[in-house]
Amino acid sequence: MSAETIQSRREWLLSDRPASRLQARLGRAYVAWRRFSANRLALVGMLIIIALVLVAALADVLAPYSATVGDLKNARLLPPSAAHWFGTDDLGRDIYSRIVYGARWTLYVVILVAIIAAPIGLLVGTVAGYAGGWTDTILMRITDIFLAFPKLVLALAFVAALGPGIENAVLAIAITSWPPYARIARAETLTVRNSDYIKAVQLMGASPFRIVLRHIMPLCISSLIIRVTLDMAGIILTAAGLGFLGLGAQPPLPEWGAMIASGRRFILDQWWVAAAPGAAILIVSLGFNLLGDGLRDALDPRSGDQ
Amino acid sequence: MTAAVAIEGLEVVFDRFRALKGVSLEVREGESYGLVGESGSGKSTLLRAITGLAPVASGTIIVNGKTLGKTRDKAFYRDVQMVFQDPYGSLHPRQTVDRLLQEPLAIHGIADGEKRIERALDEVGLGKGFRFRYAHQLSGGQRQRVAIARALILEPSILLLDEPTSALDASVQAEVLNLLEEVRRRHKLTFLMVSHDLAIITHMCERLMVMQNGEAVETLTASQLIGHRVSEDYTRNLLRASEGFVRTA
Amino acid sequence: MNGDTLLEVDDLRVTFPTRTGIVQAVRGVSFSLGRERLGIVGESGSGKSQTGRAIMGLTPPQAEVSAKKLAFNGIDLLSISPRQRRSLRGNRIAMILQDPKYSLDPVMTIGRQIVETLRTHEKVSRAEARERALAMLQAVQIRDPARVFDLYPHEVSGGMGQRAMIAMMLITGPELMIADEPTSALDVTVQLDVLKILDKLVAERGMGLIFISHDLRLVSSFCDRVVVMYAGKVVEQIKASELRDAQHPYTRGLLNCMPRIGFERHPLPVLDRKPEWAA
Repeated sequence: MSAETIQSRREWLLSDRPASRLQARLGRAYVAWRRFSANRLALVGMLIIIALVLVAALADVLAPYSATVGDLKNARLLPPSAAHWFGTDDLGRDIYSRIVYGARWTLYVVILVAIIAAPIGLLVGTVAGYAGGWTDTILMRITDIFLAFPKLVLALAFVAALGPGIENAVLAIAITSWPPYARIARAETLTVRNSDYIKAVQLMGASPFRIVLRHIMPLCISSLIIRVTLDMAGIILTAAGLGFLGLGAQPPLPEWGAMIASGRRFILDQWWVAAAPGAAILIVSLGFNLLGDGLRDALDPRSGDQ
Repeated sequence: MTAAVAIEGLEVVFDRFRALKGVSLEVREGESYGLVGESGSGKSTLLRAITGLAPVASGTIIVNGKTLGKTRDKAFYRDVQMVFQDPYGSLHPRQTVDRLLQEPLAIHGIADGEKRIERALDEVGLGKGFRFRYAHQLSGGQRQRVAIARALILEPSILLLDEPTSALDASVQAEVLNLLEEVRRRHKLTFLMVSHDLAIITHMCERLMVMQNGEAVETLTASQLIGHRVSEDYTRNLLRASEGFVRTA
Repeated sequence: MNGDTLLEVDDLRVTFPTRTGIVQAVRGVSFSLGRERLGIVGESGSGKSQTGRAIMGLTPPQAEVSAKKLAFNGIDLLSISPRQRRSLRGNRIAMILQDPKYSLDPVMTIGRQIVETLRTHEKVSRAEARERALAMLQAVQIRDPARVFDLYPHEVSGGMGQRAMIAMMLITGPELMIADEPTSALDVTVQLDVLKILDKLVAERGMGLIFISHDLRLVSSFCDRVVVMYAGKVVEQIKASELRDAQHPYTRGLLNCMPRIGFERHPLPVLDRKPEWAA
């Protein structure tokens, strides 16, 4: 592509007078992208997350060994080498392969929690904020009850009640992580609820349902996306914590938290068993945090409309 | 001649604060009626009470022969629309002009949307080039034109105007006032317009009511005001103030 | 011009770097001010407020201010140290902003703010400062100064707050006052009261006043001279009394486009902006 066509495409995107819905939307996305990409660390964060997704998708190709079946006879607790990049664990399984497959479980947990918790929080928060009165009081007191317990303890209680396993861990984390989202969505709703543009829609005869769904929720979504992204690291750590305590993923699933738990026994002599999944958790958490910070710059409604 | 809006003994109370203390007025069909007053006079509250945005404590409001209850039905909003004061606050920041104009049509299930949107934009002097812009890509005057287009798209018979030009520069104000006069003539609209500026009200309205502290001070015709034939001191004060600073030395 | 020159502005420029490039808010503004009332008029984006802020030294740090000359009483404002600039500000040059709500400290009583202002610039005892603050509140025609002295800004009306602001700004006896839309947030009747007070104090003390406003008619009834700005430039300087004979089409357009009681014009004449005005 020549420099001129790039230039003209940029002008098309940044046009003050878009000629179609598509151009208006793409233009807006492009402006957000420019703000996002001006932040180098955010780009690093995004690259980490893209890498995580690629590793999860291509695990079958990338992993040289099975994640669940090891070579007990010849390959127990081997240090890192050319054959086993990150060494092997106590059951003779290749740690590199387990981490590659573990990326799938990490993504699975993160995505499921996000798509369960964020919509619940968004719905509760916007409805409470817009309706006010008794609805608000009841919904927010329920939220307060959830917020009054430490997250991990509450998740522990839920898992204990539901039974251990990664699905239940996801459910427990989701149930404990929506209240902060509800608070954010409510706060955001309160600031826009009395604005003239919401009144203008009321004066067209729109139903409260329509106002919340089509006019208020879109305004809350960007701060929610930012918060959820920043929380991803916490979700991964909670999942790892549950795995570590034996309440999350069950053996032989290659979940990173559970891998650290099983490596704990040899942490002094065979450090690599716990260090490799630990580093993986660290890098991915860092990636989500950097990405979240970048999204805050790009999507923040307070700075985003000028 | 029937009354487009008839208000009798209207009281509005916010948390024990009486914002309107028994105000009555009658706006004839096709008339342009002004409400003048300073901040706290209750002039905007009166508009909001008509639209249902302010809580009516007592009194009656009759619009086009129908007495309004606690809630307003959809049909009411096809008859009565409002233009807000602040053009920066009255357009949704994440919606294009197209989306903004589509919304009232979608709510009322009106089919010929494409045509209506194009016509409404042409009518307020914006044209197709503005259809897919976001609010932040428009100037104050252009935003107010979009707000007027949005109010007109449902083809109401009554337009409530809450200081529609007070946030605009003088030259833009003139353009918007001219536009409002033009659409009023074309659609035979009834205007109920609020302003703190006597000059704007006498320019736009045939009759007006001066308000202070939630009460009506007096009702005048524009020509009475122009001829300084007023009976209340407060109105006289306002008139004097509108002539600018006079050095007394 | 009446008497000595208080302020000289020659080719003042203010530029802001933004994401989309450099924005020139003020593009070569020149005027001089004696002990008189000068109005700067323009619409939003004309650079009138940025001109006032640049003189005051309140331009945001990312912006760049340059001028061939920006001198107050012979002191070159652009070459003195930030400390010297600060001591000038509030002491010899004062500024009133549009909304007293934002320029008064919400957690300090009005009286204390006035006393603090005085004591940062002058060595006076607490008791004397209090006396002078009360006298100043009296001078801005606050009926019960002792009561208002102990009130917080949110406890007074807009007009009262703006008077308190004027009192605070005048207590140090400045020689130059810059008023940026000082009455735009006030009701029309209150507006005139505040202007009367400002007018009297400026006349009594022989101060120079720069009155920045969008309202050409108000400014012309209040000031001796008017500078009309458009797109960062001065398009016309004219005596207020001769405004009716203004030459520039922009000035004439601004005067004409406002509705006036007793002058029926339908439709109102609108401004036909010519690109060469901004050139």
